[in-house]
Amino acid sequence: MAFEKVLLARVGREGSRGIEGYIADGGYEAWKKILREKPEPASISESVKKSGLRGRGGAGFPTGVKWTFIPKDTKGRPIYLVVNADESEPGTFKDRLLIEADPHQILEGMACAAYAIGCRTAYIYIRGEFWEGARILEAAIAQAYGKGLLGADLQGSGVGLDIYVHRGAGAYICGEETALLESLEGKRGQPRVKPPFPAVSGAFACPTIVNNVETIACVPHILNRGAEWFASIGRNEKNTGPKLYCLSGHVERPGVYEAPMGLPLKELIFGDDYGRGMRGGRKIKAVIPGGASAPMLTPAEIEDCPLDFDGVAAKGSMLGSAAIVVMNEDTCMVRAARNLAKFFAHESCGQCTPCREGCPWLLKVLTRLEEGEGRAEDVDLLVSMARQMNNGMTLCVFADAAVGHVLSGIPKFRDEFLHHAEHKRCLVETPPAFAAGAASAREA
Amino acid sequence: MSHLRYASVPAGRAFAFSDAGRKRIEDLLARYPTKQAALLPVLWLAQEELGWISREAVEVVAGVLGLSPAYVDGVLTFYTMYHLKPVGKFHLQFCTSISCHLNGGEDVLEHCRRKLGVAGDETSPDGLFSIEEVECIAGCDRAPSMQVNDQYREPMTPEKLDAMLAELSRGGDRGV
Repeated sequence: MAFEKVLLARVGREGSRGIEGYIADGGYEAWKKILREKPEPASISESVKKSGLRGRGGAGFPTGVKWTFIPKDTKGRPIYLVVNADESEPGTFKDRLLIEADPHQILEGMACAAYAIGCRTAYIYIRGEFWEGARILEAAIAQAYGKGLLGADLQGSGVGLDIYVHRGAGAYICGEETALLESLEGKRGQPRVKPPFPAVSGAFACPTIVNNVETIACVPHILNRGAEWFASIGRNEKNTGPKLYCLSGHVERPGVYEAPMGLPLKELIFGDDYGRGMRGGRKIKAVIPGGASAPMLTPAEIEDCPLDFDGVAAKGSMLGSAAIVVMNEDTCMVRAARNLAKFFAHESCGQCTPCREGCPWLLKVLTRLEEGEGRAEDVDLLVSMARQMNNGMTLCVFADAAVGHVLSGIPKFRDEFLHHAEHKRCLVETPPAFAAGAASAREA
Repeated sequence: MSHLRYASVPAGRAFAFSDAGRKRIEDLLARYPTKQAALLPVLWLAQEELGWISREAVEVVAGVLGLSPAYVDGVLTFYTMYHLKPVGKFHLQFCTSISCHLNGGEDVLEHCRRKLGVAGDETSPDGLFSIEEVECIAGCDRAPSMQVNDQYREPMTPEKLDAMLAELSRGGDRGV
């Protein structure tokens, strides 16, 4: 049975961004029904709970459950909804597509979620680099106000909602929800001590729900087609719904692919509907299944790996933002590790010492190994350093993410690291990226 | 974020928001329950009007929002997209994070540096182009990805870069 796209159903259609097209395709029906019938807000959360929807930003927490953490008595404080559009995890580009191709799907999801949690003011925190995405969302919001779908006392219901776009300005850490809230409040984006969690004290010390773009985009579909329908898609009852996979690296056809949660990793890489195999017929050496933060997998480990929260966790890694980065046999793993360390050294927020000092230190040691100035002891030194940075040494999980590739890559590709230390060069020969033909393959 | 940015520097001339800018600040302030929350958008507005954020601009922004210039500096320097010095007409941002790295991102960046005769994240001698190596910009499926000002240019290759630089040098459109 062919899977029918849900979140990406409208991508590629002419005028997919505009409100007229969205409404013509049945859009805003879930929101209009809410405004017409004013159901018990808890019934919306209940549907989302029953659907099994888990957060698509990386943590995989059940969305409907998260919504119910808003206190019954907020002591007069407003409730906020903040959509996390800070998509910055290396290898991830699904939210960019949802924003650029179908912004009203996100706005309708926000409206339904806002109703469920009792929110009248919602923000979209979008990374600064998404200039076009911010413009598209602003235009879509203006259209929704124009149609009486946003604003005060909508369609005589007494229900109101304002949505604002808030642009970040270059900081990966603002994807961490409490850093995001700090940034929204006009501060340095440094994660908070938890608890309290945002549902109790979030934006402006008020109860706040932070949801990822893809998570929010699922909501109107759940309300329109039913929690049972959503739960029927996917590998099992803990891993439900349609899922967007970001495939990149050395594959023939990189891109965003929508499939039922639990798509086998090998099918994503090799399937005709997906990646269509490795570019140039090269063999796989390593796969990062969930963005730069996720531990690496070997070819043996990807043989039977369902791409869902529990399937990837069972392999000792994580689904994260479902960013699958594939490396071929010509990849130098020391060079790749140095590249990942460069990212984390650049992005550590500087708040906790193990992370602020550890990330640049990992980069320093990997750089000297890569440049042929390392020692054999450096390989174990890297592991030792990494073990002093993770498992609760810091306020957020950034440091755990930063050492994921070290603690997985070194044991799995130890010979390559030792070779670099002993022979001052790579174990493999990496062909130039822009040899004749290589560039055109990517552009196709 | 960056550990290597500490404070704004003076431009040596006063900064003031335009009339339209002041109107936009009023609109921005209405979006949040605190004035402080408008800091990032007001800094964006200052950068839009001046091209970068000078010490004088920091003082104006601080005054508008009732914050201290030192506080504004602290926030400003945390975020990598605010310019602490003037940049060229074309801001070339090259991604070298993992997916772009695997597809020659560094090669494109180095090619551009050689072509413009600059070493690191610098501005070309003619003041037209500023180069910056950036982390993942969510263009991984079209790697190597880059942005010119606020527009994506992807996938980029050395050949396409040559053609683009030539066109921009001739006074082509912003972001072409």
